[in-house]
Amino acid sequence: MTSSAPALPPRLAELIEEFAELEGADKLALLLELSDELPELPDGMEPADMEQVPECQTPLYVTVDASDPASVRLHFQAPAEAPTTRGFAAILHQGLDGESREAVLAVPEDFSAQLGLAQTVSPLRLRGLSAMLTRIKRQLRATPVVG
Amino acid sequence: MTVAPERNERFAAYAHPERLVSTDWLAEHLGDPGLVVLESDEDVLLYETGHVPGAVKVDWHTELNDPVTRDYVDGGGFAALMSAKGISRDTTVVIYGDKSNWWAAYALWVFTLFGHEDVRLLDGGRAAWQAEGRELTRDRTPVTPSDYPVVERDDTAVRAYKDEVLGAIGRIPMIDVRSPAEYTGERTHMPDYPEEGALRGGHIPAAASVPWARAAAEDGRFKGRAELSAIYHDEAGLTPEGEVIAYCRIGERSSHTWFVLTHLLGHTSVKNYDGSWTEWGNAVRAPIATGTEPGSL
Repeated sequence: MTSSAPALPPRLAELIEEFAELEGADKLALLLELSDELPELPDGMEPADMEQVPECQTPLYVTVDASDPASVRLHFQAPAEAPTTRGFAAILHQGLDGESREAVLAVPEDFSAQLGLAQTVSPLRLRGLSAMLTRIKRQLRATPVVG
Repeated sequence: MTVAPERNERFAAYAHPERLVSTDWLAEHLGDPGLVVLESDEDVLLYETGHVPGAVKVDWHTELNDPVTRDYVDGGGFAALMSAKGISRDTTVVIYGDKSNWWAAYALWVFTLFGHEDVRLLDGGRAAWQAEGRELTRDRTPVTPSDYPVVERDDTAVRAYKDEVLGAIGRIPMIDVRSPAEYTGERTHMPDYPEEGALRGGHIPAAASVPWARAAAEDGRFKGRAELSAIYHDEAGLTPEGEVIAYCRIGERSSHTWFVLTHLLGHTSVKNYDGSWTEWGNAVRAPIATGTEPGSL
């Protein structure tokens, strides 16, 4: 990374560090832990109202609430049979929920490479994570900034 | 040491009933000497969320594929993998997985490339086991490494390469087992939506569309032999003694169909084109037909 690259949001940077310190099966164990921790949707929010991410081979829905540009809220929904997808969603949720619009938009598209998961998870599967970030950014850009 | 095949009325009509086990049979035989149960999923973490007690995980991306070349592991790699899973050459292997056993069938097909004799599928896969409320555990399965011989991979009988497929157009029946939208070519990608897949849509000219799912009943188990025969013989015009090549996107769904044709209907010359659409739809000058008709060269 060059010094001119914007710093990653702190919790995302922490997660990347945690993954980087682990090897093989332990990386998977951390991903499973994150997957278990992905919060349920808030009451009243349904997958039908959310955007689907078809690059993930299992159904994943994402919604971005950018009404407060200083604190963007992210919501994800993925079934229990798709723990890898849930784990990816949890990385973005724990790493980016509550961050500012600018901070989320500044996350590099290829940040997932820094997790070092390509060997344990496979590069193809990791594309799902990049696709989720792409969707989040598109939704953010589509939300007009008021004031 | 191998484990005696299940004798089950439900499987009796199939050409090779010994290739299937039921959830009841598996529950009774867990822990039998000579039996190794493997879970093979699309999702790399699903096994970790809870697996059949005593089952060992095998991952198609990171273990069955060569890490560099787009190919399967070689004889040495397979022997090392089998050893790490506690499988010997005469072990009975039962494979189950998610997604109606796509990846389980795929793993079984790869085992076939190495001539592993006794490898079976759990009918209905992971979903059937779970639907019956059977035990899943997160306990680590201890494995005692085994001795497995280095057997050279033999692709000639059940694997087709692109050049062979090209030469087979109009000569050997082919079935495209993807969804109808993939077959016609209407599924395209949009800007910023990078699909895992191909630059061009459509199907191999003359290939008939027989989506893999038609072989599965609603509960994910295989349909009965008569129903399968109506689909593949009466409708698609295949014959048990004739050659046929099956393909899909990366060879996983066509492994499911390969299993149905080979082991349930007793076809003797079925090949899986594992390069499938991710190879064909990206290959320069490979002929493509679009729309609902098979088309020709």
